[in-house]
Formats: sequence, structure tokens, C-alpha cells
Amino acid sequence: MAFYIVQFLTGLASAASLFLVASGLSIIFGVTRIVNFAHGAFYMLGAYLAYTLTERLSGALGFWGGIVAAALAVAAFGVLIEMILLRRIYRSPELFQLLATFGLTLMIEDIVVLIWGPDDLLGRRAPGFRGAVDFFGQQIPTYDLFLIVLSPIVLGLLWLLFRRTRWGVLVRAATQDRDMVAALGVNQKWLFTSVFALGVFLAALGGALQIPRDAANHAMDLNIIVDVFVVVVIGGLGSIIGAFVAAVLVSELNAFGILIFPKISIILVFLVMAVVLIVRPWGLFGKPEAPARKTPGLTVRPWRPLSGNERLAMIGVLVVAAALPLISGSYVLTVASEIAIFVIFAASLHFLMSVGGLASFGHAAYFGLGAYGVAFLAKMAGMPMIVCLLIGPLLGLLGAAVFGFFVVQLSGVYFAMLTLAFAQIVWSIAFQWVGVTGGDNGILGVWPAAWAGGAANFYWLSLGIAVLVVAALRIMVFSPFGYALRATRDSALRSEAIGIDGKRIQWTAFVIAGTAAGIGGALFAFLKGSVFPDSVGISLSVDALVMVLLGGVETVSGAIVGAIVYKALNIWLVSYTDFSKLVLGAVIVLIVVAMPKGIVGTIETLQTRRARPAKATILASQAETAE
Amino acid sequence: MSAVPILLSVEGLTKSYGGVHAVRDVSFSLHAGEILALIGPNGAGKSTCFNILNGQIAPGSGRVRLLGRDTTGEKPRAIWRLGVGRTFQITATFATMTVRENVQVALVSHHSRLFNMWASAPKLARDEAERLLGLVGMNGFADRPCGELAYGDLKRLELAIALANQPKLLLMDEPTAGMAPRERIELMRLTARIAREQSIGVLFTEHDMDVVFEHADRILVLNRGALIAEGVPEEVRRNPQVRAIYLGEGLVYDARHREGASA
Repeated sequence: MAFYIVQFLTGLASAASLFLVASGLSIIFGVTRIVNFAHGAFYMLGAYLAYTLTERLSGALGFWGGIVAAALAVAAFGVLIEMILLRRIYRSPELFQLLATFGLTLMIEDIVVLIWGPDDLLGRRAPGFRGAVDFFGQQIPTYDLFLIVLSPIVLGLLWLLFRRTRWGVLVRAATQDRDMVAALGVNQKWLFTSVFALGVFLAALGGALQIPRDAANHAMDLNIIVDVFVVVVIGGLGSIIGAFVAAVLVSELNAFGILIFPKISIILVFLVMAVVLIVRPWGLFGKPEAPARKTPGLTVRPWRPLSGNERLAMIGVLVVAAALPLISGSYVLTVASEIAIFVIFAASLHFLMSVGGLASFGHAAYFGLGAYGVAFLAKMAGMPMIVCLLIGPLLGLLGAAVFGFFVVQLSGVYFAMLTLAFAQIVWSIAFQWVGVTGGDNGILGVWPAAWAGGAANFYWLSLGIAVLVVAALRIMVFSPFGYALRATRDSALRSEAIGIDGKRIQWTAFVIAGTAAGIGGALFAFLKGSVFPDSVGISLSVDALVMVLLGGVETVSGAIVGAIVYKALNIWLVSYTDFSKLVLGAVIVLIVVAMPKGIVGTIETLQTRRARPAKATILASQAETAE
Repeated sequence: MSAVPILLSVEGLTKSYGGVHAVRDVSFSLHAGEILALIGPNGAGKSTCFNILNGQIAPGSGRVRLLGRDTTGEKPRAIWRLGVGRTFQITATFATMTVRENVQVALVSHHSRLFNMWASAPKLARDEAERLLGLVGMNGFADRPCGELAYGDLKRLELAIALANQPKLLLMDEPTAGMAPRERIELMRLTARIAREQSIGVLFTEHDMDVVFEHADRILVLNRGALIAEGVPEEVRRNPQVRAIYLGEGLVYDARHREGASA
């Protein structure tokens, strides 16, 4: 019995940091309507900075002063970010806000490695809380008790702040109707900035308070943000009480999940989240959100199928691509095969994100499932390659069918957070379930059959499959199903009113996209000859998002162009710099701020402008008023 | 009238939001080919009533029968399949599609081909779409992106979309709101003509009394959620209670007050 009570108390102690970060995220979202993906990065910065400060400063005052000073310094950094970056994108579509803050996360990750190095840093114990209390033979660290007491105190202080101060009243008013608050003469800019500062302060404090318990490491940002997303999805975005209750709930589920399913403890949290989403899709304490701004929203240029001449040109390009093995060596062909595979991956996300308006932040899950599917079939069942390629992607289909059912119940930022959380669940299963997946060591020796063995043969295979998948997806875009999907994206109200079951259409699209991604993953397993948890990882999901964005999220062919340009750049970049995340993050932020239409979108706009100069300006102004 | 089938009958409809009774015990019926106007001041509960009929919100209590079937609490898409066309107070169309494609999507849905993944949608039901656009006088706009249309044209497009499933009943929430006066009259004449030709029942809400009195066969007056008058236009026009609602009862701004203010 005592053991369970101690386990319970450990769970409560872990809830403290989770609550601090989640409440910060909730407060920022409430006012600015931005889901700050970089919140985990601020948490990590808080921890690292607190490590440095508490090492330098001595004594109890030095320690606690260092913790608070670290949180304040990170908050000041947050203010800078808000003023330089976020102020430019408050009016952008949600997707761009999510991506920009994600880019920021990537940059901060590399900056942390640059400053503090790649090793884990274990901070010193908190003065006054070094020991442990004996509880019926079980040891409870006193620092845990301190954290258990701290979170209700923070909750109380936040309550006082929001209920008893003028600033708090303004924040609550802005959460309900920010335009009205602006109309009443409140300087919105500074209100947003101060709210952001408070949110970042809470995140950094959460990180700083973690250092006596856990070592600071450069994976902590993504670990916490996934947990935080789960917390706010359960508790309801924008609710501080919700963040508190859900943080305790999730921490306890984690603490006891380890006892029930030691290998895959995250399953328990996932089950609870699924139940909450079915019963209350907007969370336990949240309110149903007004329909979000549409993901596409930069242009109103309708899509059209390729004309006869354009089709001929495409065939010409394909003939040239197919002739590549005649002029190049095996390294170039391997790179080209990888690019073809990523064209499949990007095109599958494009189908979901551009056609369906559902920006998945965890699309790599289905790519990785396809890869693992192939690896299981090839290594465990000893199936021939052709069978693996045909059946392997079905694991992606299965995953997309199960997760898709839940995620399409949500939209906008909730959809993005939940897809990311699901992808992390798949990743942790791949990582933790060593007996089946090989864990970090992966599954090795997944080699293609003799007929696809050489670099040239494999390239032709990849190119052929890529052409088939892209063509199939393109046919679907212009099929009645594609139109129904776009209709649901453009106006849920209207599509429902003309008999379209939007959720079913979106679920089907999710399964299609997941299967297509699985096909890419299956090929990828054979290309590399192995499968690792990286194939399910967040960075791969982000790669896909950036490919679509770079090509042009509102175009039909953007994903393909984006995948080719991005993958080529990426392979070149990785061979030149150790800080690819920094560059990648900067590229994302730059695209969002400077070229949101992407390569194809920008070219199309230029063409339209040249064709009918007067019309283009009308288009632009119409698009703005449509918002 | 008894020979004409009843399209829609509503019994004891009630809906409250917190302590606000948006709709209170509303009952009425609508016959095939009849044009029925639902009027009342802002906040009277017209839109709530509409959204209940259309299935967007579930009523607190009461029953809705459409074409002899109890549809209370059914989803909008199910109600549409029974043959009910809907236009919205604030137009809802597909901004990134062309005008013709907007109508084609509705037609494709009507023909139950939504899950067809290989046919080319721009080629489907093209003639039918052209015919519907011709009906509302929008042939010339067929290839224009819907997102760059003027508001009045969007309203006409909505009518074309609403007619795509050969409806027996049209629900139009403020069909002419936001339009220029001449456009309003044209749109409602068009609607009335189509309705009479095809014997479609129309229920519409409207603030423009010229439109209401020109076209409505019967008028329902809603105030604070309750039905306070019902009848042919002349009856309603003479009803003292209706006049009081629209013009005020002269209790506050009467002659004595005006004098007092100027003195």
C-alpha cells in the first residue's frame, strides 16, 4: 500500500512542471490564439539557463535566485521573439503560426547544443530539500513534496492575478473577445506581449524547477511539449484549471501506467485521451471553439486539371528522369531514389493538408509504420520483396484508420496537436518495445530482392511507384471525392447542408494519406536496408510539412516541387554543416514570414499578375476581406 | 387547402440558452407551393427556429415533421437528403472553387457519387449545373472563382446550390440581407417564380417588408421567441400587436417626452 502512495506522490510531483508549462501554453493561446509549439523549447532553455546560474551562484539565495532569474531571462527572450516574429504572423493562417513556432523550436535546439554542448547536465540539489522522508519504509524526496505544494500555490497566484488585477481582467476580456478589447482603447500589442512573457516565464520556471530532479537534456523540449499537448487536449485549451487537473491526471496515469504496462506506459494516457475526446472533444474544462480560420486563405485561385500540353510536358520530364541512370553513378541514383520516396511522402501529406485542410504534425507515423510493416514481413515472416511492398503499407493504413478516427473529430490546432501526440505514441512504442522493434537498434538487413538490387534498378522502381502514387492522388484531387474533401475544408456549414458527411470524408482522406505515406516508408526501408525509430520521428513529420509549405500549400503540384528542392538542399546541407536544425528552422521561419505562398504559389501569382495586371490586385483585396 | 400536402409541420418547438428563451412553444405548418415568411425584430428567435428546422441545433422540446417524417434532432445532411434546400443569412459557399464547381459538388452529392475517386468531377453534371446557373442568371460567371464574387451574386449562387437536389422545401434565412435594393427585389421575384413553377414550399425570414408583403402567401410574426401573429399579409399588417412591436407602443418617446426634451 505504501508503495502505491509513494507512486502517487511521485506522480503529483511530476505534475508540477507539466502544469506550469501547460498553463503557460493555455494563457498564451487564450489571448493570442497561437498554439506556441516553441513552448517546450522555452522550458528547455529555462532548465539549461538555471543549470548555469545555479552552478555559478552560491548558497540557498543563489540557488533560488538563479531559478527565478533563469525564468525571467527566458521570459525576456520570449518578449523579443514575440516582438520580432509573432507580431508579424498574428493574422496569418493557423498552419503558418504553428510552423513558425516549430521552426523556432528547431533553432533553439541547435542553439542549446551550441552553447551547452550535447551532454546531459545534472544540476545540484535544492538547498533545504536535499533529503528524503521515510514513509512506511519508502523514501520520498523532500523536493518532491516541495513541488507537490508548489503547483496549487501557483494555481492560486494565477487565479488572484486574473481575478483581482486590472491586467488580469483585460486578459480575461481579451480571451473572450480581443477585438472588443482593442475597440475599448486597450493597447493590444503590449497586452499580447505581456501575456506571452507570462506564459514563457511559466514554461521556463517549469524547466528550471526540473533540474534538481532530472538532468537537462536536449530532447526535453519535444518530450514535454507532447505531454503538454496531451494535457491541454484533455483539460481544454485556454483553461488554467483544466491544465491543472489534466496535468495531475496525466502524471498519475504515467506513474501507474509504468506498473501496468511497463513496456508501453504511454498507452494508458492514450486511452484516457481517446475517451475524453469522444465525450468532450474540446476537453474537460474547455469551451467549444468557434470555427477556426481556414488553412488556405492566401489566394482564391481555383485548381484545374493539367491541360493536354502540360501533360505532354510532364511525360517529357519523366522520360528525362528515367534516363538518369544512363548518365550518373550509384551515389546520385541513391539520392534520387530517396527524393522519389520523399515525393511520395510529401504528396501524401499534401492530400491531407492542402486538399483536406488538415495539417498533420505527425504524418511520419504512417511513413514509419509502412517501413516497420515491411521490416516485420521481411525479417520475421521472410516474405519476398514484392509481397512486402504490397502488404507492408497496410500497417500505415491500419494506423491511419485507428488514429484518424479520433483526430478528424477535431480541427485546426487541436488536430495538429493530436496528430503530433499520436505520432509520438507510435515513436515511443517503436523505441520502447525492444523485443519486437529492436528499439534504438532498429531492424537491420531489410535488403531488396535481386531484381531491384542495383542502384539503377531501385531508382527505376522508386520512380515508377512515385509516379503511380502521385498520379493516383492527383486523380483523386479532381474526383468527386476530392471535391467533397475541398468542400468540407472551404465551408463545413455548406458541405453539411448539401448532404456531405464531412467527418467520414476526412477520415477516408486520412486513411488514403496514411496509406500513401506507408508506401513511401515501405520503399524507404528497402532503400536503407533497415528501419529505425527515426522513421517515425517528429523531425521527419516536420520535413514533410516544410516540403509542402516550400512548394506552396495552396497549389496542386507544390508538394512535388517542394520535396525535390527541399530534399536535395537537405542532403547537401547535412554534408556541410553540423547545425542543420538551426538552418532548417531559420528557413521555415523565413518562408512563413517572407514567402508564404511557396515556390509554385509565387510563380503562379507572378503568371496571373502578368496575364491580367488589374485582376490580381482585386484578387488580393478580395482574399483579405474574405478573412 | 386540405388537398395540398403538408410539407412541414412544427409543434411546440422550444429552445433555451441558459436563462434566455430563444424559442417558446412555436407551432405552424407549411403546404406545398406555399411561400411563408417568418418575421420579427432582431433577437426574436427567427434564426434559432431556422437552425432547428434545418437540423443545425437540437430543440429543447417539440417536434419537427418534414414530408410526413419526424426529423427532430436529425443532422442537416439527413434533412437535405429528404429534399430540403437551405440558404444562409451569411452566405456559405466554397471560395476556392469556381461558381460552376460549387453547383457541381451539390449535384454530385445529390447523385450519391461523393466517394467516387476516379471520375473527373469538373466533367460531371456539367449541363445540369449550367441549367441551374441559367435559372438564377449566372451563366456568365460559371468559370469565375467563387471567392471574388460580389455579395449579391453569392446569394444567387446559394439559391442555385439550394435547388440542386430538386427540393420540395426551401429554407432561406434572410435571403436578401446585404444586397442592394434592386437586387433584393429581383432575387425574391426569381425565388417566387421558381417556387410557384415547381410547387416548392418556401419558408424565409426577412427584414425587408417590401419583399415580405410582395411575395408571402402567409406571414408568421415572432417576438421574444413566441409566435404572436399568423395570417395573410393584410391581416398581419392590421394586427395591433405587430404594429406595436415594429413601431413601438409610444410609451417612451411620446409627444410629452419630445416636448420635455426640447424645452
